[in-house]
Amino acid sequence: MSTERQELTIATNGDIVLARRQVRIAAAELGLSLVDQTKVVTVASELARNALVHAGGGRMRVEIVHNGPRRGLRLTVVDEGPGIEDVEQALTEGFSTANGLGLGLSGSRRLVDEFDLVSAPQQGTRVTVIKWAR
Amino acid sequence: MTRPPILKLGDILIVSIQTDLDDQEALALQDDLAEAAVAARARGVIIDISAVDVVDSFIGRTFATIAAITRILDAETVVVGMRPAVAITMVELGLSMGGVRTALNLTQAIEMLNHARSPG
Repeated sequence: MSTERQELTIATNGDIVLARRQVRIAAAELGLSLVDQTKVVTVASELARNALVHAGGGRMRVEIVHNGPRRGLRLTVVDEGPGIEDVEQALTEGFSTANGLGLGLSGSRRLVDEFDLVSAPQQGTRVTVIKWAR
Repeated sequence: MTRPPILKLGDILIVSIQTDLDDQEALALQDDLAEAAVAARARGVIIDISAVDVVDSFIGRTFATIAAITRILDAETVVVGMRPAVAITMVELGLSMGGVRTALNLTQAIEMLNHARSPG
């Protein structure tokens, strides 16, 4: 299947819209419920915007993953920006350094089944999330 | 850049979002509605999002900002037609859209605005 794995570049506001569209298509093909599609598309939008706002851009990998009989949609968003000094704080409700509401990361974590964030100052940020099909 | 048309119905402005707005387009809508609310001496602004399949923190915050701006300009903003999946996602995301009034459809929003206006 051609959509098993895609690499998207996040460099403009329009790329955030394109990421939403591609993730929607992949989530629908995977058979996620409408609510779960909406959740994972929203997370894609938040993560893409984070990469654009904090790091000037990045890349998003969209792929179908398998765990035994289970299938899920995995998004991996990587940037080479300034990184996050205090990851715990960045995941705290209401925390924001740019002009957001501080919901991007903490809120995104609630919308997916698995959430992993790796970052260090000057080493960029990688966020990996998975939404499993039910 | 896509700019959703703003329709005028008496002293109510109606805008229906039919495309997936990027962040710049959302901010442009905010400016356009503020201008239009004053130009039309509007008492109400209705934003129809029945065709919108994602409301993330940016667009949600933009709706809240539009509501705050129009309130200062003496116009109440009502968001109508939110899809159930969008509502569920917004709540779990933690987006309260405080200060934004909502209605299920256009008719209810117009009734709500007419009610708010009538004395007593």
